[in-house]
Amino acid sequence: MALPPPDPQFVLRGTSAAVHTLHFCCGGQEPDVPVLFSGSENGLIHVWNLKTRRVDTALDGHGRNSVYCVETMGSKDRLLSQGRDQRICLWDLAEGRMSVTDSVFTENVGFCRCSLLKVAQGRWLMAMASKALEEVQVLELPSKMSVCTLKPGVGAKLGMPMCLKLCQLSCGSQPLLLAGYEDGSVVLWNLSMGKALSQLICHQEPVMSLDFDLEKTKGISGSSEKVLSIWSLNEQQNLQVYKTHKLVNAGISDITIRPDKKIVATAGWDHRIRIFGWKKMKPLAVLDYHTATVHCVSFSDHKQPSERLLAAGSKDHRISIWSIYTQT
Amino acid sequence: VCFTLGGSDCSISFVSHVLGKVCVHGRQKEMLSVLVPHLAELTRSDCIWQRMCWRLLECVPERWMEAVLLGFVQTAPGADVLSRLLGNLVVKNKKAQFVLTQKVLLLQYSHKTAVLQNLLGYLSLDPLRRPLLVKVLQELLETWGSGSAVRHSPPEQQQYISKAILICLSHLKESEIESCRQELLTSMMEGVKCHLDSNLPRIRHLGMIVAESISLKINTDGPVLKFQYEEDDEARELKSLLVQTTPCCAVPSLPDEEENEKTAVLPSVSDSDKRSPTAAPVVPAEESDTDLDSDDDLVPYDMSEDKELRTKAPLYLRDCIEVLTGCENLDKWEATVKALESLIRKNPAATREVSVELAKILLHLEEKTCIESFVELRQRAQVAVLTTDPIPVAQYLTSQFYSLNYSLRQRVDILDVLVLAAQELSYPKSRGKTKHSVVPKPGIQLLPGSDSSKDWRRVVDERIKSKTRRIATGQAQVELPSGPNEFNSVAGHFFFPLIQHFDRPLTTFDLLGEDHFVLGRLVHTLAVLMYLAVNTVAVTAMGKALLEFVWTLRFHTDCYVRQGLLSCVSSMLLSVPAERLIEDMTEELLETQSWLGDVVEKDPDGDCRRLALQNLLLMENLKKKLQSVPS
Repeated sequence: MALPPPDPQFVLRGTSAAVHTLHFCCGGQEPDVPVLFSGSENGLIHVWNLKTRRVDTALDGHGRNSVYCVETMGSKDRLLSQGRDQRICLWDLAEGRMSVTDSVFTENVGFCRCSLLKVAQGRWLMAMASKALEEVQVLELPSKMSVCTLKPGVGAKLGMPMCLKLCQLSCGSQPLLLAGYEDGSVVLWNLSMGKALSQLICHQEPVMSLDFDLEKTKGISGSSEKVLSIWSLNEQQNLQVYKTHKLVNAGISDITIRPDKKIVATAGWDHRIRIFGWKKMKPLAVLDYHTATVHCVSFSDHKQPSERLLAAGSKDHRISIWSIYTQT
Repeated sequence: VCFTLGGSDCSISFVSHVLGKVCVHGRQKEMLSVLVPHLAELTRSDCIWQRMCWRLLECVPERWMEAVLLGFVQTAPGADVLSRLLGNLVVKNKKAQFVLTQKVLLLQYSHKTAVLQNLLGYLSLDPLRRPLLVKVLQELLETWGSGSAVRHSPPEQQQYISKAILICLSHLKESEIESCRQELLTSMMEGVKCHLDSNLPRIRHLGMIVAESISLKINTDGPVLKFQYEEDDEARELKSLLVQTTPCCAVPSLPDEEENEKTAVLPSVSDSDKRSPTAAPVVPAEESDTDLDSDDDLVPYDMSEDKELRTKAPLYLRDCIEVLTGCENLDKWEATVKALESLIRKNPAATREVSVELAKILLHLEEKTCIESFVELRQRAQVAVLTTDPIPVAQYLTSQFYSLNYSLRQRVDILDVLVLAAQELSYPKSRGKTKHSVVPKPGIQLLPGSDSSKDWRRVVDERIKSKTRRIATGQAQVELPSGPNEFNSVAGHFFFPLIQHFDRPLTTFDLLGEDHFVLGRLVHTLAVLMYLAVNTVAVTAMGKALLEFVWTLRFHTDCYVRQGLLSCVSSMLLSVPAERLIEDMTEELLETQSWLGDVVEKDPDGDCRRLALQNLLLMENLKKKLQSVPS
C-alpha cells in the first residue's frame, strides 16, 4: 500500500515574480546559516535564510532583466549570476556587502545557463553560450581569459546551445564539456583540443536540461517532448543511449541528480516534480504542489543527510522546499 | 420398392404413374426418402440406371409433375445427385421447366437454402442447361430490382430471391458474366436504389449485400462497391452462398473434420510457439534486474494521481455557452462538451434562465474535434435541458421540427430528445436524488435507422401481455418510490405541436412526400409519447387527436409508417382509461376495429399483421373488462 506523496516541508513566498533559478549553499559550519539563492524574472536575486525562512537580502544587479542562473563560487559570499541583460555578474556578499565586483558581457541573448567548474584553488572555468549562434565559449575566472571557443563543424546544424555542463572525470584530467543543443543532440567536447569527441542525438526536440553523474559516467537529459533520455559515456569517450523513459506529460525544464547519486529530480511543464531512482530510473514520486510550470529544481548540499532538501521554483512565484528520501 | 435388374426392356410408365399419384397426394417424403437414396446409389456409376431414372420421370403425367419434382429437389442430397436423377428433364419437358425455373424461384419462397442450392447447382452442371441458368438470373434480377416488389413483397420472399441471386452468381462462369455484364450492371443500379429507399433496415441490408456481390463479380479488377453495414448472421449466411464448395464425395464429413481439426491444431501450436519465445527473453532480463535490486531500498510513493494534464471545464453555465458559441480553444471546447450535462443537472435554476438558448446551441452544435461519443454527449445535454425546463424548450423544439432548413438528422434528433425526456419525466424519481438520465432498458438509442420501434414494441407487448392475463388477487407489493408525475403538466406541450403541421409541406421538408423516413419516426415518437402519457390529464384529448391522425394516414404505402400507426393505436388503447374510450370515442373505435380487421387479412407485412391482431385483442379485452364491471 503506497503512501500518498509528501507535502512540501515549507514554501517560500515573496519573490512576486516567476522563479527561474535556485542554488543552495548549506555546507557551512555553525554559526553559518544555510542559505538558498533564487533568481527571478523581475531581475532580483533573493537570499533566503533557511532557518528563519525569510528573505535576508535582495540583490538587484541586472536592471529588471530576468535572472536565469545563480551559482556560488566556493562560499556563500562569492556569487555568480547570469541575466537576460547579456551579463554575468560576480558578487561580493561578505560582511553584508552587496556589490558587483566584476561582470562579463556575453553578448548572448539566449537562455543557456552557464556552467562553472573549479579546477584549482581560486581558479574556475566557466562555459557560456557566446555571441555567435552555435558557439560555446569557455572562460577562466576570475581572470576572464578565454580558454577556448567551441564551434561545431560547418554544416552540423545543431542550433543554439541550450544547456551546458563542465566536468572533470578525475582530478587533474582534462576538463570536458557536455552541451545540449537545439536540435536534440548532446555533444561531448574536449576543451584542450577544442574538438567534439562525440555527438549523440538524444531527442527530437531541443534539449532543455541535462545532468551528468561522474562516478557512473551516466547522464540524463530532458526535452520539450515526453521522453527522458539516459545516456552513458564509455571508455572511448563515446556517448551512447542507455535507455529512455516515457513521461505522462510533455516538457521538462530542469533536471538535477542529487549529490549522493541516489535520486534524480525533474521539473516539469505540467506543474509537477518527479523523483526517480537514479540507478534504474524507477519512478519514485510525483510531487504535485505548484499551479504553474516548474522552472528549476535543486538539491541542497547539507553535510547531514537527514537535513537534505530539494527546492523547486515555479512560474507561480513560489519556491517549494521538500524533504524526501533523506534516510539513506 | 425394390428394382430388380432385369436384362429386358421394360416399360416404366406404370411406375411413373404410381410415383406421381403418391406424390400428389402429399406422400412425397415417405416415398422419396426411400427411393431417392436408392436411385442415387444405383445411378452413381451405372448409365443404364441413369437412363431408367430419367425415363421414369419423363413419364410422370403433367398434372403430377410438379409434386414429383418438388419432392426430388427437396430430398436430393446434392446438386450432382439431382443432375444424375433428372438428367436434362428441365430442357425437354415444358412443365418441368416452368416448375423449376419459374414457380419454385419466383412464386414460392418457403423452401430452404439447400433446395435452392440443389436446383441452381443442377442447372449449372450441364452445358445444355446453363442457358437456363442465365435466364433464371435475369428474371430474378428483374424481380429484385422492381420497386413495387421491394415495397410490397414480404421480407422473407425478398431474402429468398436474394439468396437465389447469390447462388446463381456463384455458379456463373467468366464468359457468361461477360456476355450479360451490362444487364447485370443496370439491374444492380436500379435494384440498389429501390432497396436503399426502404425504411426497413433488413431490406436495406439485403440490397446492399446483393449489390456488393454483383459488383464483385462484374468488376474483377478495379474498385468494387462496398457498403457499410452491420455484419449479422443473415449477412454472413448470404455472403457464404457466394462461394461454391466443390461437390463433395460420398463420405464428405470425415475428411473435412480431420482437416478442420488439423487447421485448428496448427494455429494453436504456432500461437504457443510465439508465446514461448517472448517469454524466454523476459526471464533473463528480470533475473539480471533482481541482482541490482538488492541495494535499491527507496520505496516509491503512491503515484496514482499522476495523470495527463487536462484543461478544466468551465464551472458556470453561462461560461459554457460562451465557450460553445465562440471559443477557438479546442481543448476548452472539448472539456465543456463533456462537462455540460452534469452542469445542467446540478444547476436547474441557472439552466431555466438560459434554457432556450442552450437548446438552440445544442441543436446546431457540430463536432469540432473528434470526441468519443460526441453524439451521445450532445443528446444527453439536450435531454437534460428539456427535462429541467420542459415547457419553453419543448415549444422551441417542436416549432423547429417544422421549420425550414434543418437536416433530417436534426429533425430526427428533436424527436429522439423529446422521447427520452418524456421517458425521464414520466418515471418516478427516488426522493432526493436525481436520476442521471439512466435510461432503463429498452431505451431509444440514437443511431440512424435504429430500430427504436422494435424496442418500444417489446415494451408495449409486455404491457399487453400483463393486461391480457387476469391477475387473481392483489399481491402484496413492495412500496415503490413514488413522486408526482412530472410529465403530466407538459405532455400536451410535447405532443400536440408535433401533430399540428404534418400535412403542410415546406420547400425542404415534405412529410407526406419523400421524407417518409421522418414521417415513420414521427409516428413512432407519437406512439411512445402516447404510451408515456398514461395517467396524465391530457391523455384523452391526446388519444382523440392521435386516432384522427392515424385515420388520415392509415393507407400509407410505407410499411414502417404503418407499423408506427398500429403502435399508436396500441399505445392509445393502453393509455387512455377504458371508460373514456368507450364514452368519448365509440364510433372511432368501431371504425378502427374494422380497419384493423382488414389489415390482419390483407397487409403484406408480417409485423403489421401481428400488431393489428394485438390491437384487436386489446379491444376485445377492453369490451370484456367493461362488460364484467357491473354498471
